[in-house]
Amino acid sequence: MGGEPNSDMYMSNEETVSPRRHWNETVMLQSLKTPTRLAALLIGALVLFLAMALPSVAQSIDDAIAKLTTDGYSDTAAAINALATSGSPRALPIVQALNDGKLQFSASDKKVFIVTATGLVEAVTGAPVATPPADISDVRANNRIRGLVNAALGALSLANPDPQKRIASADAVFKSRDEGALAALDTAIANETNSTVAIAFKAAKAAIILFKADAPVNDRVAAAQAIQLRGTQDAVALLRSLPADTPKPVLEAANASAKAIEYNLALWSMAQNAWYGLSLGSVLLLAAIGLAITFGVMGIINMAHGEMVMIGAYVTFVVQEIIRTRFPGLFDWSLTIALPLAFMTSGLVGIAIERTIIRWLYGRPLDTLLATWGISLALQQTVRSIFGANNREVGSPSWMSGSFQVGQLSITWGRMWIIVFALIVFAGLIAILRRTPLGLQMRAVTQNRSMASAMGIPTAWIDALTFGLGCGIAGIAGVALSQIDNVSPNLGQGYIIDSFMVVVFGGVGNLWGTLVGAMTLGIVNKFLEPVAGAVLGKIFVLVAIILFIQKRPRGLFALKGRAVES
Amino acid sequence: MIISFLIKGLDRRTAICMLVLLLICAAVPLSNAYLPVGHPFRIPTDEMLQFGKYGSYALLAVSLDLVWGYCGILSLGHGAFFALGGYAMGMYLMRQIGARGVYANPILPDFMVFLNWKALPVTWYGFNWFGYAMVMVLLVPGLLAFVFGWFAFRSRVTGVYLSIITQAMTYALLLAFFRNDMGFGGNNGLTDFKDILGYNIQADSTRRGLFVATMLMLCLGLWVASGIVNSKLGKVLIAIRDAESRTRFIGYRVAEYKTVIFTISACMAGVAGALYVPQVLIINPSEFSPGNSIEAVIWVAVGGRGTLIGAIVGAVAVNWGKTWFTGQFPEFWLFALGALFVAGPLLLPKGIVGSISDMLAKKKSSQMYASLPATSEAVEDGASPTVE
Amino acid sequence: MSLFKTMTIAGAVLAGALTASAALAEDTIKVGVLHSLSGTMAISETTLKDTVLFLIDEQNKKGGVLGKKLEPVVVDPASNWPLFAEKARELISKDKVSVVFGCWTSVSRKSVLPVFKELNSILFYPVQYEGEESERNVFYTGAAPNQQAIPAVDYLMSADGGSVKRWVLAGTDYVYPRTTNKILEAYLKAKGVAAEDIMINYTPFGHSDWQSIVADIKKFGSAGKKTAVVSTINGDANVPFYKELGNQGIKATDIPVVAFSVGEEELAGLDAKPLVGHLAAWNYFESIKTPENAQFIKDWQAFTKNPKRTTNDPMEATVIGFHAWVAAVTKAGTTDTDKVIDTLPGTKVPNLTGGTAEVLPNHHITKPVYIGEIKADGQFDIVWQTKSLVPGAAWSSYLEGSKDLVADWVTLKCGNYNTITKKCGG
Repeated sequence: MGGEPNSDMYMSNEETVSPRRHWNETVMLQSLKTPTRLAALLIGALVLFLAMALPSVAQSIDDAIAKLTTDGYSDTAAAINALATSGSPRALPIVQALNDGKLQFSASDKKVFIVTATGLVEAVTGAPVATPPADISDVRANNRIRGLVNAALGALSLANPDPQKRIASADAVFKSRDEGALAALDTAIANETNSTVAIAFKAAKAAIILFKADAPVNDRVAAAQAIQLRGTQDAVALLRSLPADTPKPVLEAANASAKAIEYNLALWSMAQNAWYGLSLGSVLLLAAIGLAITFGVMGIINMAHGEMVMIGAYVTFVVQEIIRTRFPGLFDWSLTIALPLAFMTSGLVGIAIERTIIRWLYGRPLDTLLATWGISLALQQTVRSIFGANNREVGSPSWMSGSFQVGQLSITWGRMWIIVFALIVFAGLIAILRRTPLGLQMRAVTQNRSMASAMGIPTAWIDALTFGLGCGIAGIAGVALSQIDNVSPNLGQGYIIDSFMVVVFGGVGNLWGTLVGAMTLGIVNKFLEPVAGAVLGKIFVLVAIILFIQKRPRGLFALKGRAVES
Repeated sequence: MIISFLIKGLDRRTAICMLVLLLICAAVPLSNAYLPVGHPFRIPTDEMLQFGKYGSYALLAVSLDLVWGYCGILSLGHGAFFALGGYAMGMYLMRQIGARGVYANPILPDFMVFLNWKALPVTWYGFNWFGYAMVMVLLVPGLLAFVFGWFAFRSRVTGVYLSIITQAMTYALLLAFFRNDMGFGGNNGLTDFKDILGYNIQADSTRRGLFVATMLMLCLGLWVASGIVNSKLGKVLIAIRDAESRTRFIGYRVAEYKTVIFTISACMAGVAGALYVPQVLIINPSEFSPGNSIEAVIWVAVGGRGTLIGAIVGAVAVNWGKTWFTGQFPEFWLFALGALFVAGPLLLPKGIVGSISDMLAKKKSSQMYASLPATSEAVEDGASPTVE
Repeated sequence: MSLFKTMTIAGAVLAGALTASAALAEDTIKVGVLHSLSGTMAISETTLKDTVLFLIDEQNKKGGVLGKKLEPVVVDPASNWPLFAEKARELISKDKVSVVFGCWTSVSRKSVLPVFKELNSILFYPVQYEGEESERNVFYTGAAPNQQAIPAVDYLMSADGGSVKRWVLAGTDYVYPRTTNKILEAYLKAKGVAAEDIMINYTPFGHSDWQSIVADIKKFGSAGKKTAVVSTINGDANVPFYKELGNQGIKATDIPVVAFSVGEEELAGLDAKPLVGHLAAWNYFESIKTPENAQFIKDWQAFTKNPKRTTNDPMEATVIGFHAWVAAVTKAGTTDTDKVIDTLPGTKVPNLTGGTAEVLPNHHITKPVYIGEIKADGQFDIVWQTKSLVPGAAWSSYLEGSKDLVADWVTLKCGNYNTITKKCGG
């Protein structure tokens, strides 16, 4: 055997079959570019057919329904197109249900059903169904079907009361450039009161007109200019994809628009890099801030710091598991509930470690490195024994999912909350250290232990509490990191080196240094990444840290005074 | 001068340790070669290989102890020097494969062929000569350590700052060597070695040779380290470790001393790496991982920092324990290892050798000079009372 | 045990003990399990260790092999590549195992290879890999690139897959993605895809901040042509990658991602709802409905006492390898390495998807290829499959260096026979 006999195995696509590929051969022959354009043509063909045969609306719906019950992707596709052009009021709910995965069918009854909150209903009549048929199963969708559904929903829901849906449908039309939707768009534009939605509608209309070969040249030039308002990368692509035989003025207008958009986009991409940098910086800050206490303030080289973060992430997992099984309604609160629990769990583990091991090792920082490295191995293996070596699923509450647009900048909610959260934690920690009696005592003990002791401060307990605080903060960092990273026993290992870099770069013993250090490293990394690639970017940052430390051997914000030399 | 330096290095303990090493060096290969299989005193090949590997680790530990135990430089990046030495050796072994690779390309190593490289990168020139490779084994880690140390020590980067930037160094190298574009085999590293100096690398006789070479290099390393420690240079290093500022004020150029010892130590680590590769038959970027360097520190700490012999004892003991645990308790060995690292500093703060010599010194002094303090030797060889 | 022990015990007492233990060892056939149970790879490999234990348990219930019970020997190479070699040596020479099931990463396989060659033992390697290897002592039951990557690209180029015209090849920077992407790049160019329509991106292991790269993909994909991402991103980095895709709103209908390293196990670690419609190409999916598979899942879940425990492709590969070994040992009537190696090619065992896996003379096996779309429950909906079984090719015909090489351990007795020079290299 070897290369040759197998090569024809994968060379010829024809030899392999899809279980559901009965694609209409005549349509195939027309060498169409995308399924959406295919859909447009199909719709056109269907309209022609309808005009000739003049069948009733009800009949076309029935045909579509029958096709939905064959469990074949091609039939489903044809059914969607039929529904989209049927003009029936029942078409939208059916397509919507398919989109949501709530459409079911029975092959024996040739009927289609919709799963609603109140129970099963017949798709065409909307009548409730008491006993579902025995062979009921979901109408299946693949990517092609979902694409068609989006296009169909676009045409069907231009008049949807929800502005977000209207924008989505306008976008779908923008992509499909379905000339059949022109009339509907005109009505929609006339009735539209929301300016954002109106821009989307106009862009969609412009996209259709721009590509309409029989439209007047002036209209097409205006259309090219109107698309500029959309300002996105896909608008550039659209403007640049005009066929070569387009009249010259149209081409020129399209090029000018595309250039204007691109310039604008270049500016936005700077803003985007800065945002990504802030976001990475906030993750680094979260990971490092607990270490800034245990390592920075107390001088313990805490190699188990990453494991405290991991414990926090696992607490989140456990909280979510309990909520999922017992109180599903509370899911959006899961992270809020997990925060104090993670703080306490990691904090208590930290205090236990301090009381049993680290307190014997004060004044021997390198021995603490050794012992905490051992602890970190043991903690990892403990978690592995309890939860298994696999990743665990931690879901995002609804307020942390999705994204929103600021100009051309798409900001994800999750990242945004993590930045906010990191800053809150930072502010809270500063407040604790500066404004509470505990903070005062902590600073006293770390600055001059014997003097603090002489003043009646219980130094042993303050040590335990300080270490516990650092570990607890690491725990709540774990809650946040569970949203963007694997929840596995190795979670902490990925952050430990970066955390030490941040603390050392910022200056040991200075929380502000940690903040500035984390943000600087994040932003530098993100501006380097597009130029140098992810790996080289990171190497450059590491080398930069090494060189920086030569310049400022005690970090960005060095402590001054006699305490430094001792 | 060199001879007097080396003779000075032969204090009683070093001499005993070297004698033991030389005995092992002779006995193990002999028993492996001449005793029949199944004989109770025969050391099987795989155990000899294992202990050869520990031997190269021990040399790494000695080199680390030299800078950490006697000069207070805690390098969390010594694994990088070890790995660089290993890569230099690996590149020599790779070039020795010649046309026997799977693609039968006489010049390019296999991984370059299937990634469609057309010509040998400049970095690989010369590695078909053993001598050149051996020079590189010393030169590459030495040069890196010299440049790194020159900058760092002149800027008076000390303590944890130094530890963390050495860690950054090894981490950066790890990432760099992971890149396939570097031309060092990426994640897979260098494997599939065939022979060394014309001898089949998998033959038992070659392995015995490698074992002997490792043990001899370990002896030599120990001797040189001991010589340095017992020389005037060593006294200055200890002074730097215990009171860096004071030493500087007295007029010693601390940065230069530190750079020199750091460079020597890196060269030793490179040699250790070069001995390691032909015995485990693979070198890949994970040798650069910061965890490995931390582990090397742990060997030294377990054995006893600042004792040299302790470094050897620690490296062998921890690695032997690791081998044994991973075979016996695959699910729980990390607990055992973790417990060892925690218990070590708690129960034996001066490490195995440090604690034993303390005990002996106490016994001796209580027997003979009940009223006098411990001998000077015990003080300087015992674990150091350093503060960061 | 070791030099240490030998030295400490060092007495004639040992001679008696040795003969006694040798007699004991005859009662069972030992099977080595060489999968990392700690360290970075534990996340993937632990399951395979359990799979081998499960298979041994099943086989022993049927009376074992050749009338002897099988006895597993589990060791932990701890995701440490030199330790893999050490442990392999220990398994073969100390524990005297007849066969070893193990390794996940290519580098671990490369690390143990010399040991298996030198001590002449058998390794079954159950993970999809970059190909470009065929060794006498190794049987590759995972997919070669022609059994996974190329069919997946074919599907995406078809009308059903969305007639993709623009490609992002995103991978972790190590040898499997590098090689696979080299092969795919050559293949796509042969299919008429222009160089500017291919974007290749590599990231380090465990990369967790995907914001910039996902944004780049989004930008690359909005150029008007249908775009798809072929992901050879390694295990751990996938979760943050998919989370970022979901957050930035890249839907499968816009830019589908087809992954070669994401299976049921990986999806169990994240919320699959935003990923619905993204694809994976494997030779096995848990959701494939065959009686064999249903039975296997049932027994597996009973064995692990976890009714939610998933199965995945490397597990099936382990199952095939194990059954092939049992069949070959039974046929040969011995566990002797050379005889088993000679018997294995041609051995046919049923796979879990209703087909037959045949061990080929190049030590790879025949496999069907499936494309699955991710469903909201973390399982896959099979949208495409090859009509017939695809034989695994050790050497890719799309790579310059290997296009003239063939592997055949039956007639040519060679893993890298050059058809031009008519010579066996290496």
